[in-house]
Amino acid sequence: MCAMSLHATYRDSGAVTVVDMGGRIVLGDGSALLRKTIGQLLDDERTKILINLADVNYIDSAGIGELVHAYTSVKTRGGELKLLHLTKKVRDLLQITKLYTVFEVYTDEPTAVRSFQ
Amino acid sequence: MAEDSKHLEVVLDTQVESVNLAEEMCLRVAESAGFDEEMCYRIGMSVREGVINAFHYGNQEKPEKKIHLAVDITPEKLVIHVMDEGKGFKLSDVPDPLAEENILSTSGRGIFLMRAFMDEFEVVPGTTGGAEIVMAKRLPGAENGHSNGHSSSSGSDSNPQEEA
Repeated sequence: MCAMSLHATYRDSGAVTVVDMGGRIVLGDGSALLRKTIGQLLDDERTKILINLADVNYIDSAGIGELVHAYTSVKTRGGELKLLHLTKKVRDLLQITKLYTVFEVYTDEPTAVRSFQ
Repeated sequence: MAEDSKHLEVVLDTQVESVNLAEEMCLRVAESAGFDEEMCYRIGMSVREGVINAFHYGNQEKPEKKIHLAVDITPEKLVIHVMDEGKGFKLSDVPDPLAEENILSTSGRGIFLMRAFMDEFEVVPGTTGGAEIVMAKRLPGAENGHSNGHSSSSGSDSNPQEEA
Protein backbone atom coordinates (compact mmCIF):
# COMPACT_ATOMS: atom_id res chain seq x y z
CA MET A 1 0.00 0.00 0.00
CA CYS A 2 1.63 3.22 -1.15
CA ALA A 3 -0.29 5.80 0.80
CA MET A 4 0.64 4.74 4.33
CA SER A 5 1.95 7.98 5.80
CA LEU A 6 4.69 8.29 8.37
CA HIS A 7 3.97 8.86 12.02
CA ALA A 8 6.42 9.61 14.78
CA THR A 9 6.22 9.88 18.56
CA TYR A 10 8.99 10.15 21.10
CA ARG A 11 9.56 9.14 24.70
CA ASP A 12 12.36 9.24 27.24
CA SER A 13 14.42 6.27 28.24
CA GLY A 14 16.83 7.70 30.79
CA ALA A 15 18.89 10.35 29.02
CA VAL A 16 18.03 8.91 25.64
CA THR A 17 15.09 10.00 23.50
CA VAL A 18 13.53 7.09 21.66
CA VAL A 19 11.66 8.08 18.51
CA ASP A 20 9.10 5.47 17.45
CA MET A 21 8.36 5.76 13.76
CA GLY A 22 5.91 3.90 11.59
CA GLY A 23 4.91 3.96 7.93
CA ARG A 24 6.97 5.04 4.96
CA ILE A 25 9.87 7.48 5.01
CA VAL A 26 9.64 8.76 1.45
CA LEU A 27 9.78 11.96 -0.57
CA GLY A 28 7.25 14.46 0.71
CA ASP A 29 5.45 14.37 4.03
CA GLY A 30 7.33 11.34 5.34
CA SER A 31 10.81 12.77 5.05
CA ALA A 32 9.53 16.20 6.12
CA LEU A 33 8.13 14.74 9.34
CA LEU A 34 11.43 13.06 10.15
CA ARG A 35 13.27 16.35 9.63
CA LYS A 36 10.76 18.24 11.76
CA THR A 37 10.90 15.69 14.57
CA ILE A 38 14.68 15.67 14.75
CA GLY A 39 14.73 19.47 14.55
CA GLN A 40 12.35 19.72 17.51
CA LEU A 41 14.45 17.33 19.57
CA LEU A 42 17.61 19.29 18.86
CA ASP A 43 15.82 22.52 19.76
CA ASP A 44 14.98 20.87 23.09
CA GLU A 45 18.67 19.99 23.57
CA ARG A 46 17.92 16.31 23.18
CA THR A 47 21.01 15.00 21.43
CA LYS A 48 20.96 11.30 22.37
CA ILE A 49 18.48 9.95 19.90
CA LEU A 50 17.48 6.38 19.16
CA ILE A 51 15.17 5.97 16.17
CA ASN A 52 13.00 2.89 16.40
CA LEU A 53 12.23 1.78 12.84
CA ALA A 54 10.36 -1.41 13.76
CA ASP A 55 7.21 -0.23 12.01
CA VAL A 56 8.92 1.44 9.06
CA ASN A 57 8.60 -0.95 6.18
CA TYR A 58 9.65 1.31 3.35
CA ILE A 59 12.29 3.98 2.74
CA ASP A 60 13.18 5.52 -0.62
CA SER A 61 16.26 7.55 -1.56
CA ALA A 62 14.69 10.73 -0.16
CA GLY A 63 14.08 8.94 3.13
CA ILE A 64 17.64 7.64 3.18
CA GLY A 65 18.83 11.19 2.59
CA GLU A 66 16.71 12.40 5.48
CA LEU A 67 18.14 9.76 7.82
CA VAL A 68 21.64 10.84 6.82
CA HIS A 69 20.68 14.48 7.39
CA ALA A 70 19.37 13.57 10.84
CA TYR A 71 22.56 11.69 11.64
CA THR A 72 24.85 14.54 10.61
CA SER A 73 22.66 17.20 12.29
CA VAL A 74 22.79 15.39 15.63
CA LYS A 75 26.49 14.70 15.31
CA THR A 76 27.19 18.35 14.52
CA ARG A 77 25.51 19.22 17.82
CA GLY A 78 27.81 16.83 19.65
CA GLY A 79 25.16 14.16 20.02
CA GLU A 80 24.56 10.66 18.80
CA LEU A 81 21.83 9.18 16.63
CA LYS A 82 21.41 5.42 16.43
CA LEU A 83 18.90 3.06 14.86
CA LEU A 84 16.83 0.30 16.40
CA HIS A 85 14.83 -2.63 15.00
CA LEU A 86 15.36 -2.40 11.27
CA THR A 87 12.96 -4.34 9.09
CA LYS A 88 14.56 -6.59 6.49
CA LYS A 89 13.86 -4.22 3.62
CA VAL A 90 15.33 -1.24 5.45
CA ARG A 91 18.36 -3.22 6.58
CA ASP A 92 18.98 -4.44 3.03
CA LEU A 93 18.69 -0.88 1.75
CA LEU A 94 21.22 0.42 4.28
CA GLN A 95 23.55 -2.44 3.43
CA ILE A 96 23.59 -1.89 -0.33
CA THR A 97 24.10 1.85 0.17
CA LYS A 98 26.92 1.12 2.65
CA LEU A 99 25.15 3.15 5.33
CA TYR A 100 24.89 0.11 7.56
CA THR A 101 28.50 0.79 8.49
CA VAL A 102 27.79 4.46 9.23
CA PHE A 103 24.83 4.06 11.56
CA GLU A 104 25.03 2.15 14.80
CA VAL A 105 22.19 -0.34 14.54
CA TYR A 106 20.67 -2.32 17.41
CA THR A 107 18.14 -5.11 17.71
CA ASP A 108 17.53 -4.70 21.44
CA GLU A 109 16.33 -1.45 23.03
CA PRO A 110 17.95 -1.74 26.50
CA THR A 111 21.31 -2.51 24.87
CA ALA A 112 20.87 0.39 22.47
CA VAL A 113 20.01 2.80 25.30
CA ARG A 114 23.01 1.67 27.36
CA SER A 115 25.32 2.23 24.40
CA PHE A 116 24.93 6.02 24.57
CA GLN A 117 27.68 7.88 26.41
CA MET B 1 5.83 -4.29 -31.12
CA ALA B 2 4.79 -7.90 -30.83
CA GLU B 3 1.10 -8.68 -30.91
CA ASP B 4 1.24 -10.12 -27.38
CA SER B 5 2.93 -7.08 -25.89
CA LYS B 6 1.08 -4.52 -23.83
CA HIS B 7 1.72 -0.82 -23.62
CA LEU B 8 0.53 1.73 -21.10
CA GLU B 9 1.54 5.35 -20.82
CA VAL B 10 0.60 8.35 -18.76
CA VAL B 11 1.69 11.98 -18.52
CA LEU B 12 2.22 13.13 -14.96
CA ASP B 13 2.43 16.57 -13.43
CA THR B 14 5.69 17.63 -11.85
CA GLN B 15 4.57 17.27 -8.27
CA VAL B 16 5.36 14.99 -5.33
CA GLU B 17 2.04 13.15 -5.65
CA SER B 18 3.08 11.90 -9.07
CA VAL B 19 5.76 9.74 -7.42
CA ASN B 20 3.19 7.73 -5.46
CA LEU B 21 0.84 7.62 -8.43
CA ALA B 22 3.52 6.22 -10.72
CA GLU B 23 4.56 3.67 -8.12
CA GLU B 24 1.01 2.46 -7.58
CA MET B 25 0.32 2.20 -11.29
CA CYS B 26 3.46 0.20 -11.99
CA LEU B 27 2.91 -2.03 -8.97
CA ARG B 28 -0.47 -3.04 -10.33
CA VAL B 29 1.04 -3.82 -13.71
CA ALA B 30 3.86 -5.79 -12.09
CA GLU B 31 1.46 -7.78 -9.92
CA SER B 32 -0.70 -8.60 -12.91
CA ALA B 33 2.40 -9.71 -14.81
CA GLY B 34 3.09 -12.29 -12.09
CA PHE B 35 5.97 -10.72 -10.16
CA ASP B 36 6.19 -11.77 -6.52
CA GLU B 37 6.16 -9.36 -3.59
CA GLU B 38 9.92 -8.87 -3.47
CA MET B 39 10.18 -8.19 -7.20
CA CYS B 40 7.19 -5.82 -7.02
CA TYR B 41 8.98 -3.96 -4.22
CA ARG B 42 12.08 -3.57 -6.38
CA ILE B 43 10.11 -2.48 -9.42
CA GLY B 44 8.03 -0.04 -7.37
CA MET B 45 11.11 1.44 -5.75
CA SER B 46 12.79 1.85 -9.15
CA VAL B 47 9.75 3.62 -10.55
CA ARG B 48 9.70 5.93 -7.52
CA GLU B 49 13.36 6.73 -8.02
CA GLY B 50 12.93 7.31 -11.75
CA VAL B 51 10.05 9.71 -11.20
CA ILE B 52 11.83 11.46 -8.30
CA ASN B 53 14.77 11.93 -10.64
CA ALA B 54 12.51 13.43 -13.31
CA PHE B 55 10.67 15.58 -10.77
CA HIS B 56 13.70 16.96 -8.99
CA TYR B 57 16.71 16.84 -11.28
CA GLY B 58 15.13 16.72 -14.74
CA ASN B 59 12.20 19.10 -14.44
CA GLN B 60 13.74 21.06 -11.55
CA GLU B 61 10.34 20.83 -9.80
CA LYS B 62 8.87 23.25 -12.36
CA PRO B 63 5.10 22.66 -12.47
CA GLU B 64 4.77 23.60 -16.14
CA LYS B 65 6.90 20.61 -17.13
CA LYS B 66 5.62 17.05 -17.43
CA ILE B 67 6.87 13.59 -16.58
CA HIS B 68 6.19 10.93 -19.22
CA LEU B 69 5.83 7.40 -17.87
CA ALA B 70 5.39 4.37 -20.09
CA VAL B 71 5.23 0.66 -19.26
CA ASP B 72 5.61 -2.17 -21.76
CA ILE B 73 5.11 -5.84 -21.08
CA THR B 74 6.75 -7.98 -23.72
CA PRO B 75 6.84 -11.78 -23.67
CA GLU B 76 10.20 -11.54 -21.89
CA LYS B 77 10.17 -8.51 -19.65
CA LEU B 78 8.54 -5.51 -18.06
CA VAL B 79 10.05 -2.32 -19.47
CA ILE B 80 9.59 1.07 -17.82
CA HIS B 81 10.37 4.41 -19.43
CA VAL B 82 10.52 7.65 -17.44
CA MET B 83 11.15 10.78 -19.47
CA ASP B 84 11.51 14.33 -18.21
CA GLU B 85 11.55 17.71 -19.93
CA GLY B 86 14.87 18.86 -18.57
CA LYS B 87 18.28 19.15 -20.18
CA GLY B 88 19.31 15.51 -20.03
CA PHE B 89 22.33 14.02 -18.30
CA LYS B 90 25.06 11.47 -18.76
CA LEU B 91 25.33 8.51 -16.43
CA SER B 92 29.07 9.03 -16.35
CA ASP B 93 28.51 12.43 -14.71
CA VAL B 94 26.55 10.96 -11.80
CA PRO B 95 28.70 10.70 -8.65
CA ASP B 96 29.16 7.27 -7.11
CA PRO B 97 27.11 7.28 -3.88
CA LEU B 98 29.29 4.51 -2.46
CA ALA B 99 32.47 6.58 -2.74
CA GLU B 100 33.79 7.51 0.68
CA GLU B 101 33.36 11.23 0.05
CA ASN B 102 29.68 10.73 -0.89
CA ILE B 103 28.56 8.28 1.78
CA LEU B 104 27.10 11.04 3.95
CA SER B 105 25.52 12.89 1.06
CA THR B 106 21.82 13.52 1.58
CA SER B 107 21.02 12.85 -2.09
CA GLY B 108 22.26 11.05 -5.19
CA ARG B 109 21.27 7.44 -4.51
CA GLY B 110 18.33 7.10 -6.90
CA ILE B 111 20.25 6.00 -9.99
CA PHE B 112 22.23 3.56 -7.87
CA LEU B 113 19.04 1.98 -6.49
CA MET B 114 17.45 1.63 -9.94
CA ARG B 115 20.58 -0.07 -11.23
CA ALA B 116 20.65 -2.37 -8.22
CA PHE B 117 16.99 -3.34 -8.40
CA MET B 118 16.40 -3.75 -12.13
CA ASP B 119 17.93 -6.20 -14.63
CA GLU B 120 18.52 -3.57 -17.29
CA PHE B 121 19.06 0.15 -16.89
CA GLU B 122 20.11 2.92 -19.22
CA VAL B 123 19.64 6.63 -19.78
CA VAL B 124 19.06 7.86 -23.33
CA PRO B 125 18.20 11.25 -24.81
CA GLY B 126 14.43 11.67 -24.66
CA THR B 127 12.27 12.97 -27.49
CA THR B 128 11.43 15.92 -25.22
CA GLY B 129 15.09 16.96 -25.15
CA GLY B 130 15.35 15.72 -21.58
CA ALA B 131 16.55 12.40 -20.24
CA GLU B 132 14.75 9.11 -20.68
CA ILE B 133 15.40 6.37 -18.17
CA VAL B 134 14.73 2.93 -19.61
CA MET B 135 14.76 0.01 -17.19
CA ALA B 136 13.57 -3.54 -17.41
CA LYS B 137 12.89 -6.59 -15.29
CA ARG B 138 12.65 -10.09 -16.72
CA LEU B 139 9.24 -11.64 -16.29
CA PRO B 140 8.96 -14.54 -13.84
CA GLY B 141 9.78 -17.68 -15.77
CA ALA B 142 11.35 -15.84 -18.71
CA GLU B 143 14.69 -17.26 -19.78
CA ASN B 144 17.78 -15.26 -18.82
CA GLY B 145 18.85 -13.18 -21.77
CA HIS B 146 17.51 -15.65 -24.33
CA SER B 147 15.15 -14.39 -26.93
CA ASN B 148 13.08 -16.55 -29.20
CA GLY B 149 12.24 -13.59 -31.31
CA HIS B 150 8.55 -13.03 -30.81
CA SER B 151 7.38 -16.56 -31.32
CA SER B 152 4.65 -17.48 -28.91
CA SER B 153 4.74 -21.18 -29.68
CA SER B 154 5.53 -23.55 -26.84
CA GLY B 155 9.31 -23.52 -27.07
CA SER B 156 11.39 -26.35 -25.67
CA ASP B 157 13.28 -23.93 -23.42
CA SER B 158 10.16 -22.83 -21.63
CA ASN B 159 10.87 -23.53 -17.98
CA PRO B 160 8.80 -21.47 -15.60
CA GLN B 161 10.39 -21.06 -12.20
CA GLU B 162 9.05 -19.60 -9.04
CA GLU B 163 11.27 -17.33 -7.01
CA ALA B 164 12.85 -19.39 -4.27
